[in-house]
Amino acid sequence: MTTNRRLSIGEAIREAIAEEMERDPNVFLIGEDIGIPGGFGGAFGVYLGLPEKFGHERIIDTPISEKAIMGTAVGAALMGMRPIPDLQYSDFIFECMDEIVNQAAKIRYMSGGKLKVPLVLRCPVGTANRGAQHGQSPESYFIHVPGIKVVCPSDAYVAKGIIKSAIRDDDPVLVFEHKLLYGSKGRESAGGMDLTAEVPEEEYLFPIGKALKKRNGTSLTIISTHLTLYRCLAAAEELAAEGIDCEVIDPVSLLPLDTETIYESVNKTKKALIAHEDTFTGGWGAEVAALISQNCFYDLKAPVQRIAAYDVPLPVTPVLEQSVVPSVERIKEKIRQLHKMGKS
Amino acid sequence: MTTREIDLKAQDSELLISLFKDIIRLRKFEDKVYQLFLKGELPGTIHQYQGQEAVAVGICSVLEKSDWITSTHRPHGHAIAKGVTMRDAMAELYGKETGCCKGKGGSMHLGDPDVGMIPAIAIVAGGISIVTGIGLAFKLKKTKQVAACFFGEGATNEGAFHEGLNMAAYQKLPIIYVCENNLYGASTQYNKTTLVEDVAERVKSYGMRSVIVDGMNVVEVYLAAKAAKESVLNGEGPILIEAKTYRFAGHSRGDAKKYRGKEEEDFWKTMDPIERMKDSLFSHNILNDDSYALILKDIQTEIDDAVLFAQQSDFPPVEDAFIDAYASKMDSPKLVQL
Repeated sequence: MTTNRRLSIGEAIREAIAEEMERDPNVFLIGEDIGIPGGFGGAFGVYLGLPEKFGHERIIDTPISEKAIMGTAVGAALMGMRPIPDLQYSDFIFECMDEIVNQAAKIRYMSGGKLKVPLVLRCPVGTANRGAQHGQSPESYFIHVPGIKVVCPSDAYVAKGIIKSAIRDDDPVLVFEHKLLYGSKGRESAGGMDLTAEVPEEEYLFPIGKALKKRNGTSLTIISTHLTLYRCLAAAEELAAEGIDCEVIDPVSLLPLDTETIYESVNKTKKALIAHEDTFTGGWGAEVAALISQNCFYDLKAPVQRIAAYDVPLPVTPVLEQSVVPSVERIKEKIRQLHKMGKS
Repeated sequence: MTTREIDLKAQDSELLISLFKDIIRLRKFEDKVYQLFLKGELPGTIHQYQGQEAVAVGICSVLEKSDWITSTHRPHGHAIAKGVTMRDAMAELYGKETGCCKGKGGSMHLGDPDVGMIPAIAIVAGGISIVTGIGLAFKLKKTKQVAACFFGEGATNEGAFHEGLNMAAYQKLPIIYVCENNLYGASTQYNKTTLVEDVAERVKSYGMRSVIVDGMNVVEVYLAAKAAKESVLNGEGPILIEAKTYRFAGHSRGDAKKYRGKEEEDFWKTMDPIERMKDSLFSHNILNDDSYALILKDIQTEIDDAVLFAQQSDFPPVEDAFIDAYASKMDSPKLVQL
């Protein structure tokens, strides 16, 4: 049955949404440039083909109006629909922070549990020479908000399975996806790694709240997502030759966080490095580092380390941009430093 | 300017009495809440509705239980008018587990999905964002439901107003927007910060229909709401009803209203929706001293019962704080650390 077909994340997400729309008539898409004939199929082409299949009643084009899009999604969700709003770039979420943080995240609680807000907001993140307002990775803002869930799929298999789980989830789920991982053009940025993944034809779900071990190792544990995850994996491969054996974990979900998998790994390797493309201060790595320090302290042989984008807005020119976000070289250097620490 | 006398428009007596009774219910409920608040029985703060009762009652009287409303930080009147029982509302204001939001909503989030009211949204214009989705759900599901969205004139300079109304207008959603223009956003006079005098005028730029009514006249609001609902259900798209009204109370608990002149307040007192309606009902022999006394007695009984119910109810157990944030069981570190 299985054909060993490999899909990009973009293709996998399209398939996930199509399957869920097929399964549940309450699922619909609403947003900017998503269904216009002759248009883009969403800013990153993910929805191409869906309007032909499901019609414009369920693929609803809107003006550029983020508050209205998110508000509409929240209201429809309250009435039992399962909306998938689309705002294009994750940088634009800030236009509708109220609808997400004050409304989607809180109405269930405010109602004493009588209402629910099942919606899925896809949030494309990541640098791609687009600069300060089209390249941020703002997922960390949202792990601070009780009432929503935050997931970061980094490969096609997980992306398809977790989008399907998110659509079926009764809570609002924010799905952060890296723009350079949608197709194959990010391969070079990912340290030359293949960005497609095997996606079975058969239906499956990937659970929210479950981490994935991407590489087994004994020297130290790296926890990373998105493009930086691939850079960490590339760094790990290169450093194997130096006798450094990295374990690499993709947390997949940031809220809820699979602390069990993370602690188990750190308790084994005794060292932890968190790597992300979001800026350093207050990034999700800080939360994970604090949790590891709090819960694995007596097993640690070195202070928990973090590597992230430097605390500046993103520049456009590639030479500057790539010096701001964690590169394979910078990650390797950090790994070497951590490896040397706490040698008895 | 509108006249003080309310034209009953030859409406059915039973309906008129029902409207009249409801505006008094809202007033008496709020008056009682005010006393209880001053006695220190209610936590938090309160934003009261006295003066504006005709708006909530006029609108909600045409809505079915299956229709939905959104409300604001000043929601007590909307809640009672939409059918939240005084018991459930009062218990919520007391922070008791028998409250309509189990004590988690309180005054500013008063509401009950069981009677078609989203817990009130206390972010100005927040309900305007959300109501488009409620209307869209009705449209997609092809039901004959409408949504009414209450907000003040102060919300009309928020981005959500402009984004939300445009969205609803071009999608022809079954929504009645109800702008309760009580002239002040907290202490700031609307016409000192906005040059367009009527909110009804503003929505024309979104291709939306609008109508201005005397918000201190429950018959006029009722008739406007009835017509609005019919047209909205006919697929004519959303409509905005601007109700010119006045809040007799301060903005919130500690407001001494020093920014308003006595002359202005005195004028609006003469427009009291209850007194005007009472006068008209008396002059048309629809109401007399006996029937009026009976109405007041019934309402007093309802309020006394609600207060007693609230007082005798328990506070929620502490563990309740940690449920309802998520529908699914969450093992977030933030909860696990407890």
